[in-house]
Order: sequence, then C-alpha cells, then structure tokens
Amino acid sequence: MKFSQLILANLFRKKVRLLLTLGCFAVALFLFAFLAVVKKAFTGGADLASANRLVTINRVSIIQPIPLSYRDKIARIPGVESVTHDNWFGGVYQDEKNFFPQFAIDPEKQRKVFPELIVPEDQWNNFLKDRQGAIAGARTAKRFGWKIGDRIPIKTTIYGTNSAWEFVIDGIYHGKRPEDDETQFWFQWDYFEERVPERLKGLTGWYTVKLTSPDDALRVAKTIDAEFANSPYETKTETESAFAASWAKQFGNIEFLILTIGTVVFFTLLLVTGNTMAISVRERTGELAILKAIGFKDHSVLFFVLTEALAIALVGGLLGLALAILAIPALGAALNGLLPNLVLSKSMIAVGLGFALVVGAASGLLPGIGAMRLRVVDAMRRI
Amino acid sequence: MVSVDNNGNSSSLVQVRGLNKTYRRGGEQIQVLQGLNLDVDKGDFVAFMGPSGSGKTTLLNLLGGLDVPTAGTVSVAGDEITHMSSGKLTEWRARHVGFVFQMYNLIPVLTAYQNVELPLLLTRLSNSKRRQHVETALSIVGLAERIHHFPRQLSGGQEQRVAIARAIVSDPTFLLCDEPTGDLDRKSADEIMALIEELVSQHGKTVLMVTHDPVVAARAHTTLHLEKGVLVEASKSRQNVTAGGVA
Repeated sequence: MKFSQLILANLFRKKVRLLLTLGCFAVALFLFAFLAVVKKAFTGGADLASANRLVTINRVSIIQPIPLSYRDKIARIPGVESVTHDNWFGGVYQDEKNFFPQFAIDPEKQRKVFPELIVPEDQWNNFLKDRQGAIAGARTAKRFGWKIGDRIPIKTTIYGTNSAWEFVIDGIYHGKRPEDDETQFWFQWDYFEERVPERLKGLTGWYTVKLTSPDDALRVAKTIDAEFANSPYETKTETESAFAASWAKQFGNIEFLILTIGTVVFFTLLLVTGNTMAISVRERTGELAILKAIGFKDHSVLFFVLTEALAIALVGGLLGLALAILAIPALGAALNGLLPNLVLSKSMIAVGLGFALVVGAASGLLPGIGAMRLRVVDAMRRI
Repeated sequence: MVSVDNNGNSSSLVQVRGLNKTYRRGGEQIQVLQGLNLDVDKGDFVAFMGPSGSGKTTLLNLLGGLDVPTAGTVSVAGDEITHMSSGKLTEWRARHVGFVFQMYNLIPVLTAYQNVELPLLLTRLSNSKRRQHVETALSIVGLAERIHHFPRQLSGGQEQRVAIARAIVSDPTFLLCDEPTGDLDRKSADEIMALIEELVSQHGKTVLMVTHDPVVAARAHTTLHLEKGVLVEASKSRQNVTAGGVA
C-alpha cells in the first residue's frame, strides 16, 4: 500500500506515546480475556449443559440427600431414557489446597448419561472390575502426575472417620469439547456405600436424568417433583443448564460484576485513547493542512487518522490477548483447580479484538473528522 | 506578460477578474481584496509585495484554490476554479499547483525522498516511475545525495530545496511561493532564488511569489504591489528595482 510509509512514520512519531497507548490496549484486552474466562468458568456449566438432561436434588438444598429408591421410580416415568446418581465426596488429597471435585458414581449408567466424557473401553472395563477403582479427569491426572495403576489416598472430611480412602487409578477421561470439565474424580458407588456411616446408606446426593427428547423436559421435571411431593424427601428438578446457572449464582452475580468491570475498563480506554489521538492530530494540524494543500482529499486524511487508531488498537489488542493466552494456564494452575474451565476460546478472542477495534475506531473518529474538516487556510495561519 | 488592468478575455495562463475577498471579524467586515484583475502568462515570474495585512497571502491562497473569493473569478489554464467543489478543487490543486511555504512545511517523520514523493502518491504512477520523478526533482534542487535525510538533518536552505522539489515533482502548471526565503539567511536566500530563477528560465515554470524582501522581489520578472486591496504594477524589470526598495 503506497500510503503505508506515511501511516507507519506517523505511528512511530512518538515512540513512548505509542508504547503507552499499545500498553493501554494490551492491559485492557488482557483484563477482558481474564474476566471472560473467569465468567465462563463460573457460568460455563450452563452453556455446556445438555438440553436433554435434568438434575433432581432435595427440595431443601443440594447438601440434603435423597433416597436411592427414587431411581427406579424416576426411570419408569415416560420420557426418561436413563438415570444416574452421584454423591459429593469432598475429600482432601495431600493438602487442602489441592482441590478437585470427587464423586461417587453409578458405573452402570454414568457413560449413558454423560456421553461427552470419554473413557477408553479397556480402562472402563478395568474400573468396573475394581471396587477401589477410580477414573480421573485428564487435567487432574496431569496436575498431580497420576498414571494408570497409581494408588491415590484421599482423606474424607465429611464421612465419619478422618482416615484416607485409597483408590486405584484405572482410567482417565477426556472431554469431547475443550471446555468440558476434565477435573473430576469418579469412584465406585459400592465402595462409597460400604464405607459411609449407617445413617447415610441408601441415600444419594442427586440424580441426573437423561431424556429421550429435550421437549419433554418441563413435563418430566414436573412429574418427578409431583411423584415425591409430600414425602420426607421432596425433590426439586430442573434442567441441567438451570441447575448450573443457579449453582453459579451462589457465588453472587458474577456476570454483572464482570460486565461492570469490563465496561469501566473499556470506557476508560476509550477516553485515554481518544485523548491520545486528539493530541496526536492536534500536533499535526500543519502537516495535515499541507497534505490537503498538495491534493490529499478530506476522506484520505480521515483514513490516515482512523488507520492509525485501528492499527494501535489491533496491535495492542493482539498483544494483550497473546499475554492472556500465556498467562491463563498459569492462572488456572495457581487456582489449584478451583475453577475448572479456564479456556480462552476463539469466540472470546474474536469478541475481544472486536471490542478493541470498536474502541480504536471510536477514538480515531472524532479527531479524524476534525482533521477532515480542517480548512487549509485556517490551519496554515496557526502554524 | 503580466497585466493588472485587463478586465476582458485573454489567453493568459492565470486570469483573475474582479476578485474580492472580505473577512468577517466579530461584527466587522474587512475587505482585503477589492475588484482585483490580473493576467499572468506561462513562464512569467511575478513577485507580490506589500505591507503586512495587505492581502498578499490571501491572493496567493485564492490563486492556489486554498480559499474561495467573496466575488470574482480565477481561471488557470482555462479552468475556472472559483466555482469548483471542495473535492474538485483538491484534485485540481494536485494537478496544477506546487506550493512553497516560508516554513518549508515538510513532514518531519518522512525522509527528503518520502516528502517529495507525497504528491505522486495521488497519481497512478508505478513505484519505479515515482522513484524516477523524485530523483529527478531532488537532483534539480541539488539534493540528490540527501534523499534519505530527514528534515531535522538538513539546513533551512536544504529543507526549502526539498520543499521546492516537492512542489515541482508532479510538474504542476505553476508554483506559488509564500515568502520562500523569509526564514533563511541571505546566502541561503540567494541560493533558493537562484534555484527558482533556474526553474523559470530553464524549465519554463510559471512562478507567483509573495515576499517582503525587495532584493528577492527584484529577481522576479515583474513585481506587483498590493495597496489597500488593489494591485499596482510596481516594476516590469529588475532594472527598476534597487536593493533599497522599489524605484
């Protein structure tokens, strides 16, 4: 492009200012990426949830159990394809900081209800035969360096004795999608059932119900809750996405918080870059007048100013996103698996760059229009 | 030939008829130019003199299509520019006018080569053709060895030479010079004037120049004086001008 030399020369005119403006965009985009992955980690469960799954919990609270005997009754409801049950274990591996979610699962139905979490067939078969067997998510296995056959002691903090339960890693699961949670640790329901205190036997934490069609969700949910109404263990059934969303809301309105911070950051960025572009154009009034005097049209002058602003926004934005791509895995590691899905997706990158370009264009537009409307005679008089 | 009293048709390169320019300052109307007529032929070298505020630069701006008159017409090479739209006028300037300003007005972040190349970026010339034109222009002004120097690495005289190269690189119909030596010492001013004379005598350029300096004005073929918004023909040859002023 024959104007590139002029645009580049103007960009590098004040190197310190250029660096600071680029830094401004980079920090804003880094923060955007950081907030986006944290928001996704809190609310992503709802996005990832299957449309044809329901979750049934105790009407009082998820920490109250419900009877295992409900399983067969739920399975008989028309529209239910399969039902599985899980229980939170809440154990500690070596240190309390090493958090990851552990569940006692129903091996018979687990893979039917959660087909997106893949365990190799041979590993799954070994797991089924091993009472102390466990399946670890790929991220958790990688985090602690676990291999198939490793014996893993996990200390219980909920179920009576403060002793360690020993598990054998029989398999490692992977999610089909990059956002799938690969931090869970599953173990045999029978092993759990035999070791929990007597008062908890025959109870489970929740059911996950797979439907034959998502269209049946409301009807089946109402039928389940009606089935157990007025019993000592009334239930609350909702879609998996609604369950995940209400789970995330326990931490407060994260989405609103993140949106507010993001808006403040981008508005501040707009003011800073707008001011910088305005100063930059004002400093060059005489030069822009000369360009117009020798035949550059008004729209060419606007083009130069806008291109500069967009180039700064693009480079600064890419820099910030590149830093985020490097930093987010480290952040995930630092959080010790507290947030499962710290994934900076392509759509987040695209949205971030889109925001940066919009801010860049907005910041260049007013000074650009000012430069476009500049009368050569007036500008020359000011030199 | 230069004439200031013709108000009929002529075949001159530059033809000004009944030119008026009025500025409004606050509630007051200030008439800068009053019914001015002017004819300049191709290859003429005309100097405009006059006290500050007499309207010299205003006249130059009107001739160069940088400003529009309150009344009257300016025609250059048959194009009547006073009624052109802003966009058309910009295109016209690119084709017909080379500007040289007192403060050189080079782009400081571009090299001498890049500054001179600027007007050619508006043409369809290829890279190699542009290079050829720029090198020719810079060699005419004697700066072929300085093409990669930035303005800050050049003296005032050299900067003005680059500005002249930028003005002539697209081979415009005429050059408008606004105090081209106003910021230079006498030696540099002499060199710049020698260069402008060379452009007129050897390259057939038409030059209209504003100056305060009678010595500089004396190098022009004709010196015109602006008094109270009216042009007065002060001298028709350099013999009529002395270093002390207009004879």
